[in-house]
Amino acid sequence: MNKIWIIIKREYLTRVRKRSFVIFTLLLPVLFVGMVFVPFWIAGTGDNEKVAVIDESKYFEGKLADGGGVHYKFLQAKVDTLKNTYPDLGYTGLLHIPAMDINRPTSIVYYSKGQMNVMLKSNMERRLSTVIEDLRMEAAGIDKGKLESIRTEVDIINLSGKEEKKGSAGLAYVVGYAAGFLVYIILLIFGTMVMRGVMEEKMNRVAEVMVSSVKPFQLMMGKIVGIAGVGLTQFIIWSVLIIGLYTLLPLLLGPEMVQAAASQQAASNANNAAAVEMINKMNFVRDSVNWSLVLSCFVFYFLGGYLFYSALFAAVGSLVNEDPNEAQSLTFPITLPVIISIFIMMAAVRNPNSQLAVWGSIIPFTSPVVMMARIPYGVPGTVPFWQLGLSVVVLIAGFLGTTWAAAKIYRTGILLYGKKVTLKEAVRWLTRKS
Amino acid sequence: MNVLELQNLQKHYATHKAVDDISFSIPKGSIFGLLGPNGAGKTTLLRMITGIFYPDGGNIIFDGRRFDPQNDIRFIGYMPEERGLYKKMRVGEQALYLAQLKGLSRKEAQEKLKYWFQKFEITSWTHKKVEELSKGMQQKVQFISTIMHQPKLLILDEPFSGLDPINSQLIQDEIFEMARNGTTVIFSTHRMEQVEEICDHIVLVNKGKKVLDGAVKQIKQDFKEHLFRIGLDSQPNPAQMATHHFTIIRQQEKAYTVKLNDQSRTNDILSHFIHHGIQVNYFEEILPTINEVFITQVKNTGFDN
Repeated sequence: MNKIWIIIKREYLTRVRKRSFVIFTLLLPVLFVGMVFVPFWIAGTGDNEKVAVIDESKYFEGKLADGGGVHYKFLQAKVDTLKNTYPDLGYTGLLHIPAMDINRPTSIVYYSKGQMNVMLKSNMERRLSTVIEDLRMEAAGIDKGKLESIRTEVDIINLSGKEEKKGSAGLAYVVGYAAGFLVYIILLIFGTMVMRGVMEEKMNRVAEVMVSSVKPFQLMMGKIVGIAGVGLTQFIIWSVLIIGLYTLLPLLLGPEMVQAAASQQAASNANNAAAVEMINKMNFVRDSVNWSLVLSCFVFYFLGGYLFYSALFAAVGSLVNEDPNEAQSLTFPITLPVIISIFIMMAAVRNPNSQLAVWGSIIPFTSPVVMMARIPYGVPGTVPFWQLGLSVVVLIAGFLGTTWAAAKIYRTGILLYGKKVTLKEAVRWLTRKS
Repeated sequence: MNVLELQNLQKHYATHKAVDDISFSIPKGSIFGLLGPNGAGKTTLLRMITGIFYPDGGNIIFDGRRFDPQNDIRFIGYMPEERGLYKKMRVGEQALYLAQLKGLSRKEAQEKLKYWFQKFEITSWTHKKVEELSKGMQQKVQFISTIMHQPKLLILDEPFSGLDPINSQLIQDEIFEMARNGTTVIFSTHRMEQVEEICDHIVLVNKGKKVLDGAVKQIKQDFKEHLFRIGLDSQPNPAQMATHHFTIIRQQEKAYTVKLNDQSRTNDILSHFIHHGIQVNYFEEILPTINEVFITQVKNTGFDN
């Protein structure tokens, strides 16, 4: 027991101390949070663009509202002269609206130095079409106020289960997909890490030195548990950082926005509206999923799935000789069910109660990935307790089984040099006594 | 007393018997050579003694008791032929790690590490990564890692390969010193001149079977062919060399190699020359080298490589 602890410590520390681990662990949450916030931030603080407008049609004068970082300035000038002088006057571009028929709005031209950006283009097009639509309605004799009062938006509130919990299928879809995908990636990354560690020991011939001090099983389990520790550490750091950044960043955006969001006030400013909407969404995300359940299941399925597969990866690592191509063909039978799980998972997030989804979340080869896709839909609502319980028990039995089998193969494999071993042969070792 | 006794040890693989009924014992404090051609079963034998493999048959008696790999493993130090160290690990950490796995506490391990690193003058490498060291340097680190826990039984598989003469000597001296202090050494090698230099006893295995077992001196006696080297002061005429006591095998000017005939004794050779008034400058018996014994014995018992 003591020896296995020494091995775990080494496997854990050598990996955690690596510079690449530290950088990757700290950088990923920043990137992740950045991906969510940066678009808002850019929208909020975008450069103010001053656009000169020459309106020869006279339909738009005073009706193009500023916003989205664009400021419209109507000028009385000749296009041909202004075309050359607008940059010197401090404008980013020149919008030329020729005299036209309201039913055929064409030949609107925007002059700019460089390519016009997409945001600006949609900003202008939206504003121009609004004005034109209003004019046409007027022409057709439709009262704008009346139209507004007729327009409606239906929002279905989904109350699920006996407690009539407010849920969101859309959100469950996103969370389920993300969690399933994350487990999938973790299985492959850390499983491969275990395999590489075993291969390294075999090729360096450390394995023989090691097994003259410890049992092969201790060596294998030490590595598997040590690397699991690495994964958990990474997961905890990521959770803390992501939660921390999410709570801190809205404060950085400005307290009045948070307040605006809290009081559900429509923000006057279009820039703020985006941020307020985001904060509202975040609150919704926080409240409408049972996060403690999802997180604890995530930890279980991540660990269970990892233990299930890493033992198999260790066994494969012990069979590989010098040739890395060999590793590829030997890992294929193991990566195949992992890849199949991702396909079942994709179907399961769309329809979490299909036969495929239910059985996929119970069979241990696919359950870590598939079950994670179903859990955000609710327990016991979508996933009955018996399914969750069965899945947990089968996965535990599964990893005990794979560990037992892998240990048998591993023990022979790590000391076998120069001989190409087929999986068939390796499987035969299972029935052999020590 | 015997530190290790092997009784009818067997290990079978699917297609062949790697170790087939081998018995021998190793007295405490001796340096014991385990010899044999490639594929003779040496590594399998050593792996059973180090607890890596379980024998399919027979017994291993370690220090007077039945060998219990779980507990006895810490009294054994094993340096396999293919050296193995973690390349990315620092030298000091590596040695500490291996020593701790042999049951030393961290503190004990640190003390031993200090002692041995100073003795081998490698303290300055402590914080270097193994991959930064030359092969010979790695070998020294490996040797230290093998002996840090003061094993009762030290098993060295080709310990000198890749070492320069100075470091070879350093390790050889260390082996002798440890043997004097009561450590038993099993030494497996192909370099026969080293066997003669170092070992007290040898066992020769071939094709999974024991071929030869005994003290080095005794084996040389057992396999001697009664050859003598004799140096004469003057070249005798052929008539003077004719005798029923010996046959001339080789002649190089005044130096002869002769074979004593059956029924004759050593002194008969000398009296022959004295009788003929030929001055003898030197006279010595030629004993077979272990190398010669090895080759004849392996050839006699079959060799498929």
